Amino acid sequence: MIQIAGLHKKFGKNDVLKGIDLNIDPGKIYAILGPNGSGKTTLIKSILGMVIPDKGSIEVLGESIKKGWKYRKQIDYLPQIANFPGNLKVEELMAMIKDLRNDKGEAEELIEIFALQPHLDKKLANLSGGTKQKVNLVIAFMFESQLLILDEPNTGLDPNALIQLKALIKKEKEKGKTLLITSHVMQFVEEVADEVIYLLEGNIYFKGTLTELMEKTQQTNVEHAVAALTKKK
Amino acid sequence: MGKVLKYSFYDLIRSRWSYIYFLFYLALGFVLLFLNNDLSKAVITLMNIIIVLVPLIGTIFGTMYYYNSKEFTELLLAQPITRSHIFLGQYLGVAGSLSFSLALGLGIPFVAYGLLKSNAIFDFTLLLVTGVFLTLIFTALAFNIAISNENKIKGFGYAVLLWLFMAVIYDGIFLLSLIVFEEYPLDTFSMVATAFNPIDLSRTLILLKLDISALLGYTGAVFRKFFGTQIGFWISILVLTLWIVLPILRLQYKANRKDF
Amino acid sequence: MVRNLVFLTFLFVLFSGEAIADTVMVCSSCTIKSIQEGITVAKEYDTVLVKKGTYYEYNIHVDKPLTLKGENYPIIDGQKKGEILKIISDNVTIDGLFIINVGVSYTTDFAAIRVTKSENFTIQNVVLEKLFFGIYLEKSSHGTVYHNKIIGNAKDEYNSGNGIQLWYSHFVNVSHNHVQGTRDGIYLEFSDNITITKNTSTKNLRYGLHFMFSDNDVYTENTFEGNGAGVAVMFSRNIDMVNNTFKKNWGTSAYGLLLKEINDAKIRNNTFEENTVAISIEGSNRITYQNNDFVKNGWAIRVIGACYTNSFMGNNFLHNSFDVSYNSRLNDNEFRSNYWSNYTGYDLDKDGIGDVPYRPVKLFSYIANRTPETIILLRSLFMDIIDFSEKVSPVFTPDNLKDAQPLMKKRL
Repeated sequence: MIQIAGLHKKFGKNDVLKGIDLNIDPGKIYAILGPNGSGKTTLIKSILGMVIPDKGSIEVLGESIKKGWKYRKQIDYLPQIANFPGNLKVEELMAMIKDLRNDKGEAEELIEIFALQPHLDKKLANLSGGTKQKVNLVIAFMFESQLLILDEPNTGLDPNALIQLKALIKKEKEKGKTLLITSHVMQFVEEVADEVIYLLEGNIYFKGTLTELMEKTQQTNVEHAVAALTKKK
Repeated sequence: MGKVLKYSFYDLIRSRWSYIYFLFYLALGFVLLFLNNDLSKAVITLMNIIIVLVPLIGTIFGTMYYYNSKEFTELLLAQPITRSHIFLGQYLGVAGSLSFSLALGLGIPFVAYGLLKSNAIFDFTLLLVTGVFLTLIFTALAFNIAISNENKIKGFGYAVLLWLFMAVIYDGIFLLSLIVFEEYPLDTFSMVATAFNPIDLSRTLILLKLDISALLGYTGAVFRKFFGTQIGFWISILVLTLWIVLPILRLQYKANRKDF
Repeated sequence: MVRNLVFLTFLFVLFSGEAIADTVMVCSSCTIKSIQEGITVAKEYDTVLVKKGTYYEYNIHVDKPLTLKGENYPIIDGQKKGEILKIISDNVTIDGLFIINVGVSYTTDFAAIRVTKSENFTIQNVVLEKLFFGIYLEKSSHGTVYHNKIIGNAKDEYNSGNGIQLWYSHFVNVSHNHVQGTRDGIYLEFSDNITITKNTSTKNLRYGLHFMFSDNDVYTENTFEGNGAGVAVMFSRNIDMVNNTFKKNWGTSAYGLLLKEINDAKIRNNTFEENTVAISIEGSNRITYQNNDFVKNGWAIRVIGACYTNSFMGNNFLHNSFDVSYNSRLNDNEFRSNYWSNYTGYDLDKDGIGDVPYRPVKLFSYIANRTPETIILLRSLFMDIIDFSEKVSPVFTPDNLKDAQPLMKKRL
């Protein structure tokens, strides 16, 4: 699905990614973990083409993404911070994204799931953080792309929405999609992820299934396992 | 790009600032015409205002829009659209809505006062063309400044400084150097120095129209050729176009290499 | 009875010379084939009628009072051999001729028509082309030059002549003429009491109209357009300039009107439009400028050198690049009750007069006088700021030069 080789990225003097090699196989859910500033978002943004790597190559669906942009049609992305053009109404935003992607998508059901109907003709600037995140989720899930990248999907969500989110993720997996998820909530990771990619100081410190992680760290839950990974270092 | 342009334009057309800008020009037009009822005189006064004000608004509005639409940009970057289309679309959206406000804000009062039947229509067209050129140029420069400066305050500072430089300081230095080197033939120098500043260049377009009698009093051959014939007009238009194209190229270059 | 008859016949012959004046016909098929021959044959007060045709003649002398009249514009072609028509008698009328190819010389001022030491002459309806000098009046007074058309093709000043030249000639009326493409359209030297009306003088190399050492002259309702300079008045007194139009005199030293060392003139109701300099004034005193329109000129009034006791009243200054420019800080001239389109003051008491004085001299005009290239900075914000500061506290421009009663509305 995604092949990354020797990926380097510096921001000024700050070495964020120091040679990442990574293979993402189709049909699985990957959790990208790591402490703050370990390069999770940079990695995701590199895949999306928002960050231009200094060195290394990224292939999505077998094609290099360098100077390409059509491959993004195969990716749905949920950004970390749900900020949208404030002048637009929710339904206008959705219509716009549909228009931009030339894809009608399936928003109706998602709007219902997250109970967004009352907010559809409100301006985005007037929404609460949680509602914005729900809109964010609707936009990310409404298209049928093969790859779904979710950057901190559970921030600001109420428990009910969180349950709906997990259900959605499962459903997408059943459709055979590949998902990349970052999160700080280990319980959430434990529930949804098949594999864990642990980033530390710009390198992949660990990559494997959840069980492999537990075995390696001799821990019984992910939270402790991750903490142990960090400590070991 | 068309779609990005469309949404940027929609977004801007509905923003408060576009209305303020539009209403300002509307009021300015009506007040000027109400005060002296003379289309030609109002056009002349407006020319003086426009060559200073349009660049200011273009730079400030351009930087402001760039910074404020950061989220929109990020949203777009994850969509299957090329980067250059995203930025070009946004740029044209801003420049377009500003030009639109200018043309409509001034057009309405002038048409209401009988522009279409008067002989000031050519001058007025020149005024709008100059205004649109300056909007395109200074919005492009503003985008360049904004894309190169992550820090909003810094970006705004540079933008205002750019305007101040182009509108005032440049001419001060220009004047001083003319006086200091007055023993040397200076007409080529002064033409070149004019071309390097789009505000000066637009001003010469207006001078060609209003002050041709005074300009022809000066002996320099280059001067005479420039102002005495159609050449001056076309060169000015050409250089103004370059002033749009070059910043856009740089913007594209920067945009393709920037991390978000 | 017989004696009475003889006496009557004698009286008839004596007093009705003109009544019985003959007409001498000149044409290619007539007995008299040349104009000179016609003049020689003609008696005093006869009419020499020249029929349509081309006559290759030059140095034609008119030495007796007569009327030389062309029918359907006969052509007199001088073949560039010299002067064509020379009048050396009083009471001569020249009418309806087409004269071409005057000789060009660097030593003699050949003219198409020259009037020498004669009075009561009339030159009318004459067309002159390919000429050196056109109509040249020397020491000839009390005449009329009316409705002639003079079209030269002068290229350089040194080998071209003037359209209508008056030298030591007085009380002449020059009107309804059209002069173009000569050196000076109309030139007056030592000629007093001349009236010049309703002429058009365009595209002349040097001046449309030029006065030198000539006093008490009047020129009205003339149009001067596209000349090197419109009108030059030099070393003359009591000239009245009324209702003339000065237009599009463009160029480095192009003026609508140039005044140099002249005193006691009146300049009223003229229109100066789109000239590089509308009026350039040098060493001229006691001149009144009243009710003139200055429209879209580079400089409306440019004062060079000492000029005293001039007054500018009731003029309209409309959209000039510079209204008034001075090259010194001294001012002894009065500006009052003019309309200035660049005036930005207000009129709170609504009496039609601005409440704050207008200062027509900008600092920029001073700079542009010094360094002409700076003209390119006209209408720039920087110049406006500088001009504003100079307006607030004058340093370079005359302190007392202001119109204390600027009109709020244009004089119609």
